[in-house]
Amino acid sequence: MELPADVKKRLTLPFEEHFYAGHTACQGCGASLGLRYVLKAYGGKAIFTIPACCSTIIAGPWPYTALNAPLFHTAFETTGAVISGIEAALKAKGYKVKGEDGIMVIGWAGDGGTADIGLQALSGFLERGHDALYIMYDNEAYMNTGIQRSSSTPYGAWTTNTPGGKKHFLEQRPKKKVIDIVIAHKPAYAATASIAYPEDFMRKLKKAQTIKGPSFIQLFAPCPTGWRSPTDKTIELARLAVQTAYFPLFEYENGKYKINMPSPNKEPKPLEEYLKLQGRFKYMTKEDMEILQEWVLKEWEELKKKAELFG
Amino acid sequence: MPKKVVSGNYAAAYAAKHARVEVVAAYPITPQTSIIEKIAEFIANGEVENLQYVPVESEHSAMAACIGASATGARAFTATSAQGLALMHEMLHWAAGARLPIVMVDVNRAMAPPWSVWDDQTDSLAQRDTGWLQFYAENNQEVYDGVLMAFKIGEHEKVNLPVMVVESAFILSHTYDVVDMPEQEEIDEFLPPRKPLYTLTDFENPFSVGALGTPADYYEFRYKIAKAMEEAKKVIKEVGKEYGERFGRDYSQMIELYKTDDAEIVFMGMGSLMGTVKEAVDLLRKEGYKVGAAKVRWFRPFPKEELYELAKNVEGIAVLDRNFSFGQEGILFNEAKGVLYNTDAKPIMKNYIVGIGGRDLTVNDVKAIAKNMKEIIQKGKLDREIEWYHLKR
Repeated sequence: MELPADVKKRLTLPFEEHFYAGHTACQGCGASLGLRYVLKAYGGKAIFTIPACCSTIIAGPWPYTALNAPLFHTAFETTGAVISGIEAALKAKGYKVKGEDGIMVIGWAGDGGTADIGLQALSGFLERGHDALYIMYDNEAYMNTGIQRSSSTPYGAWTTNTPGGKKHFLEQRPKKKVIDIVIAHKPAYAATASIAYPEDFMRKLKKAQTIKGPSFIQLFAPCPTGWRSPTDKTIELARLAVQTAYFPLFEYENGKYKINMPSPNKEPKPLEEYLKLQGRFKYMTKEDMEILQEWVLKEWEELKKKAELFG
Repeated sequence: MPKKVVSGNYAAAYAAKHARVEVVAAYPITPQTSIIEKIAEFIANGEVENLQYVPVESEHSAMAACIGASATGARAFTATSAQGLALMHEMLHWAAGARLPIVMVDVNRAMAPPWSVWDDQTDSLAQRDTGWLQFYAENNQEVYDGVLMAFKIGEHEKVNLPVMVVESAFILSHTYDVVDMPEQEEIDEFLPPRKPLYTLTDFENPFSVGALGTPADYYEFRYKIAKAMEEAKKVIKEVGKEYGERFGRDYSQMIELYKTDDAEIVFMGMGSLMGTVKEAVDLLRKEGYKVGAAKVRWFRPFPKEELYELAKNVEGIAVLDRNFSFGQEGILFNEAKGVLYNTDAKPIMKNYIVGIGGRDLTVNDVKAIAKNMKEIIQKGKLDREIEWYHLKR
């Protein structure tokens, strides 16, 4: 389809679609948007590995696929290892990996498959320095099995195995900082991204293509089903997560941190604005929200300090 | 033909090299480690080209990385043992289900606890339902030949399944013996580059592997594996015959028969202990016993037809199992007995549990077993079905 010139001028993301209509994501799914952007970034030159997660279902059952790219479905904990093997095979067979015209090897896994059961394989992949990109799409729980907590689930969030009852809510632990664990491996490139800021995400995907060595992107992707949020609020929630500094956007490269916030000079918005849009936090009292707010600001100050010291 | 004095593990490493493997992903575990060390040495010394070695962080990841590599079209190899193989178990299903002809050497080692590093077949036999072909080597030569044949058989267009080549801990893995290795050009003729069923580099026709199989389709996927296993029997015999014609060692029989033509009693077993058994057969023959040995080379696919042909002509079969399925009996015994149930071949069969955890099986032990079998046959009645032969009394 040919676009009118004025539309072309305004378009900042590639127009081509490589994520087919007819995929089976829920209404308002943040992860499926993320997958669409990744496919746009690498066109038809990427090999995907997807472990057990929502995306297994979203891509469709045999013999269908919603991705215009070769896709290997693998076991839950193996994304880091399988992409290592694919990269090794491409090198053994003399294919060009990464770069402008090279093949991108992509691991696309949820937070459970990354922060929990897949952490060991992720660590191995990073430490061995494979030329591949691992994307953790973070919807903060095991959504595919019906909303159970992962170590990426935040303090206070209702899930089916950390319910909020008349007396307590069971999720008492803060969100695991997977990106910090990744950075401890000194990868070639690590970044956070959000589906609310596709241009920033696209820029980071392109960067991962040019940098030699392992890259990691933690993509914030709200899940209306699991978050008990309205399906038309997905992007707004993803934006608020950044604006409240709950999920700040930054990059790590060559030992340097760079914060890339959309409005860098603005103070973070109050967290309550973000929390109140979601049913999963409705069990929290004012005091609980303050605990979480405090955590968020403390982490934010820590990140700013890192960017200042290692900027 | 070049001969080398090598350990079983080095025989495996040389075979992988001569098969021109492209990706090796492996994790160290005793007594397997010297296989991957030797392969790493080949790379360090520039003796191999285009071989990527991925020193993974676990056996589970070793198999996962081999799966990724094999799905990308590469010839992939790994090796493991006991606990490592058990850790891989989930991914063994994945390799077979995705129809990837990965070759793996398992060095048979007993499972913990108590810790043991010695020979025992329970680790590999516990993987029997994963869809892997299983070849049991008697000696270092068979380890070498087995690995080369495994690639050809697994990669055959009618098979496309992974293959496990099994050797004994220490008895083979660390014991040196003369191994005949054909010239590289001859091997290249026998084993050309892999022609994969599919590869993930097909960007023109993107597809997905391993997607959700609904009840409408999953069943047929399994049937196709079952069918491929049946086809594999023919392929094994063809490739085994070709190997014999090219290199002088014939593997066209899935069960190697030793002096069974006129035998009344046959010892049946797998792996290195069959060397001892053959030695004992020679000695027993001198004493007037009509005995023979049947070495089951391929446990998967199981050589049902060959077993029947053997069983219909003998009076008794002593099945020697270096393994045990708790709550039942030795695994080979269980399988062999099951195969014969619906046939007219009904020899007396007794299960001797031997060698577990590295306990030595000597020629004298086999002789004692022969005497026991002879008594049973004369009485026409089993004293007991299962005997833990070495038990300290």
